[in-house]
Amino acid sequence: MNDILLGLAEAARLIVSFDPELIEITLRSLQVSVGAMVIASAIGLPFGAWLAINRFRMRRVVIALLNALMGLPPVVVGLIVYILLSRSGPFGVLGLLFTPTAMVIAQVIIITPLIASIAHQAIRELWADYHDLLISLNTTKSQRIRALLWDGRRALLTASLAGFGRAIGEVGAIMIVGGNIDHATRVLTTAIALETGKGEFALALALGFVLIALAIAVNFAMHALSRTERSGRW
Amino acid sequence: MVASILPLHLTGLEVHRRGKRLLGPVSMTLKGDGTTVIIGPNGSGKTTFLRALHGLERCTHDAAKWQADEETVRARQAFVFQSPIMMRRSVQDCIAYPLILAGQGKTNARAAAAEWAERVGLSAALTRPAHVLSGGEKQKLALARALIRQPELLFLDEPCANLDGRSTREIEVILADARQSGTRVVMSTHDMGQARRLADDVIFLYGGLIHEAGPKDAFFSAPKTPETRAFLNGDLLP
Repeated sequence: MNDILLGLAEAARLIVSFDPELIEITLRSLQVSVGAMVIASAIGLPFGAWLAINRFRMRRVVIALLNALMGLPPVVVGLIVYILLSRSGPFGVLGLLFTPTAMVIAQVIIITPLIASIAHQAIRELWADYHDLLISLNTTKSQRIRALLWDGRRALLTASLAGFGRAIGEVGAIMIVGGNIDHATRVLTTAIALETGKGEFALALALGFVLIALAIAVNFAMHALSRTERSGRW
Repeated sequence: MVASILPLHLTGLEVHRRGKRLLGPVSMTLKGDGTTVIIGPNGSGKTTFLRALHGLERCTHDAAKWQADEETVRARQAFVFQSPIMMRRSVQDCIAYPLILAGQGKTNARAAAAEWAERVGLSAALTRPAHVLSGGEKQKLALARALIRQPELLFLDEPCANLDGRSTREIEVILADARQSGTRVVMSTHDMGQARRLADDVIFLYGGLIHEAGPKDAFFSAPKTPETRAFLNGDLLP
């Protein structure tokens, strides 16, 4: 209990004093996770919608696979990305290992199935409502996908936020591909792991509280920007 | 002058689902003007027939012969569903949507939508979300959305089901206007009064088959088949 109180006090001190190191790793956490969320949403949302409106032979297998991939072990993803980006790997020439870009790549792989799967569920229900109308209006497949993505945008925001939540709290993969290098690839989660390893529980807890506050703040900000939960809206 | 997509010739049109025949065989000609009203008891195939004509049901290959290619036929018809499908948009954006699909600019489409909202009595609700409208208002929105592209052929599946007398009358006025503007109307109804008011000709469907079809006056004054007589008399059909 004492550790938690000490952690809270330390968190308050770090925030109030605008601790430069805290600000640096917080901004890096945001940069990596928001970047991964944006890229994964750009892939996962249209894919989820496409999957909802198309009928093809292996559709059920693809959906089952997508759902299974939601539970991808981050450490395994980190290891695979590490091998691909390492000097002897196929993309070693790009020199991306131990950079924030490598961390974004790993997080995109982890959260894209999650976003696509939630989007698929949301769009499938909307498609059931819209099916006859959109067919009757003689829409093309891309027009259908655009209509479903636009009209389902608030449900899809939840999908993106779920992806962000997974990305911001992820440590295994980004530790492997980022290396937790000070002033280069250190983010809140890897810093927490480091401080815990050093026995600096108060600081680790403080960083944890900042991480939680950050996740909540981003969620609030996105809901405010998209004007969800307002009367008369969807 | 743009060539008409009508008349439509149906030859042995059938609709099957899970091995069961829901409609047909239906053979008839749908001429180019007037209002055709389809009547019949529940489960007789009215909705399936309308959906098949509109291309929403898989039916016998080559059973329907239009006077234009498939793309033109699809573009020049519209459908109003019994339960109007409301998009998660404002009333104005819902009405404008078919024009935007057709490639019109958003500003022009929204201006046309405002005009149509005025015509159907929804101008006060332009910015409201479509899903909060009353049943009658939703049906008017669906009509405005269907008519905004001035279709040559309009299908309506029981457009006034569950509506009160006032809303029914308002919708009938909109339909009469559409017909005056040259839109061919094909609709189903359970309301015999409405059928008498709107129809030029009537089709009686029962068990997925057309039992009788003809001009309104002859149909109602001298029905030919026992099933039609029984239905019009309000008797139970086997």
